[in-house]
Amino acid sequence: MSLLANKPQSAEQPGHTDSAAAFVPDQSRAERKTSYAVADFPLPSGREEEWRFTPVDRLQALFADTAGTALRRDESLPQGVTVSTVSHEDWQGSGAPKPADRAAVVATAQAESVLVIDVPAEAELTEPVRLTLTGEGALSHGHTLVRVGNFAKATIVLRHEGDAQYSELLSVVVGDGADVTLVSVQEWDDTALHLGQHDVVVGRDAKVRHIAVTLGGGIVRLNTNASYAGPGGSFEGLGVYFADAGQHQEHRLFVDHEAPHCHSNVEYKGALQGETAHTVWVGDVLIRAAAEGTDTYELNRNLILTDGARADSVPNLEIETGEIAGAGHASATGRFDDQQLFYLQARGIDEDTARRLVVRGFFASIVGRIGVPEVEERLMEAIDRELEGVA
Amino acid sequence: MSTLEIRDLHVTVDTEQGTKEILRGVTLTINSGETHAIMGPNGSGKSTLAYSIAGHPKYTITSGTVTLDGEDVLEMSVDERARAGLFLAMQYPVEVPGVTVSNFLRTAKTAIDGEAPKLRTWVKDLKQSMADLKMDPAVSDRGVNEGFSGGEKKRHEILQMELLKPKIAILDETDSGLDVDALRIVSEGVNRAKEATGSGVLLITHYTRILRYIKPDFVHVFVDGRIAEQGGPELADRLEAEGYDRFQAAPAAATDEAATPANA
Repeated sequence: MSLLANKPQSAEQPGHTDSAAAFVPDQSRAERKTSYAVADFPLPSGREEEWRFTPVDRLQALFADTAGTALRRDESLPQGVTVSTVSHEDWQGSGAPKPADRAAVVATAQAESVLVIDVPAEAELTEPVRLTLTGEGALSHGHTLVRVGNFAKATIVLRHEGDAQYSELLSVVVGDGADVTLVSVQEWDDTALHLGQHDVVVGRDAKVRHIAVTLGGGIVRLNTNASYAGPGGSFEGLGVYFADAGQHQEHRLFVDHEAPHCHSNVEYKGALQGETAHTVWVGDVLIRAAAEGTDTYELNRNLILTDGARADSVPNLEIETGEIAGAGHASATGRFDDQQLFYLQARGIDEDTARRLVVRGFFASIVGRIGVPEVEERLMEAIDRELEGVA
Repeated sequence: MSTLEIRDLHVTVDTEQGTKEILRGVTLTINSGETHAIMGPNGSGKSTLAYSIAGHPKYTITSGTVTLDGEDVLEMSVDERARAGLFLAMQYPVEVPGVTVSNFLRTAKTAIDGEAPKLRTWVKDLKQSMADLKMDPAVSDRGVNEGFSGGEKKRHEILQMELLKPKIAILDETDSGLDVDALRIVSEGVNRAKEATGSGVLLITHYTRILRYIKPDFVHVFVDGRIAEQGGPELADRLEAEGYDRFQAAPAAATDEAATPANA
């Protein structure tokens, strides 16, 4: 089952040898370290593969193994949904994956307790679970477990606001046959720093959608990892981001296909405007030898609205078996198309309205699929507001 | 009654080989209700004329004037020209992904009229015009020109002409790439729009084929950036019989590439 067994050359793993060996690239995405111990993750220098795009010098506070204060939490829970806390040990036994980088492991070590949101088996929620986390300018750590029982149907909207230096680990463990949509909205103030690890474990025949909407924050970096607890599962990762001058927005996805006959689809779209606006998208997909019948696709599109913005986009696909249904990826980064502007203006539409139409149109294919009207509306309004800043 | 007046228009375009003059003094007057056909070989500057009037940023007007009912068109932005009553049906309509046709048309109609159309009559007009042009009603939910066939794109252009009711419509090679059936449907659409609103039409074409369906009042032969000859419909018949050879003693200076901004 393990890739390591098939690949003797990968015995020389980073982390177990001296620091120079830390720069030996992994043979496979599967070899990336995960651990419960803070000591297993040295401080990132920015030279590591997984940190090379990130301004790590501004994130030292989030890497330090020191306590912070909790974010303010407001919640709205549909009937049947409960919020409680469990110990670190109980969380480890929940089926949630381990922390995979320094910020995430510090979050689990320093969070006061593990917040648990439980959606009981066979519950069919008609309203979303709403959780709003507000920062008040302090260092904060979050450790959250969302447990969705078998055959339940639920939507969870997680909103981040205010100012904070926030690192978090969120585990979403979804039971068999369940249908879950989790939306994480980053509407931070422009000074906020946010490093997140979101792990999604898809149950047998379950369908899970993780949707990232990143509009605010100085640095936002979300690592979304999907894995499958059984065959027949489906994961969809959707993302929309809009970076302004000075913002760094990074979305990294890793879909680990180990179970057969599972499906994954990742689609992220971003717009950038202003000097030094920087976005990073990394989409890793690993199809292990056992994952026969896998069907996967990932796509990233970036729309650069002004000079001086930078979009990095790195799709990676590793395939260990030929017995798959499909695997592909696409990435494109382009400037705003003046021909589109001309066409719309030639029909009497003024330049600002035309620009707004084009950008809204660019995002429409994803926004229309979020399926949570309150999120879709707020997002479109936010995009309009962002565009008002364009000269 | 409206008049588009083009006087001694000179236009250049910047290419990798330097600045090129494409239009070398074009003078032409189009009144409401008139249909002018501009015919000419590839690279003669026909499309440049169309895009220069519409205000495409690729073209630089070096001298001459364009006025619509006395107003200086060249001073206006692209959208102001459209709101003043000019319309350009493009040879290569642009895809605008994610912007639905119905949203686009309603936004354009609102911009041109200065107020939102009354919902009931708007929906009725849209349905009727689409049915007349034999367009699938489902098109209105698709992105503008997104995945349209060549014929669908051209019908969509004429649909806009019918709905936006311009004073002067410029049709840039609307006939190109259409089969006989589509050509007839599109031509009938132009004739309907013209009849309903009394638009003046400037019909740019390489072939005489479309002139069997849209009858021109005047025919202008365009060669090397200016009008080489003009006359009535009989001139089109002569061109069909003889081709452009007699106008092309000297090689044309303009190029195809320069004439089609959509390919830029």
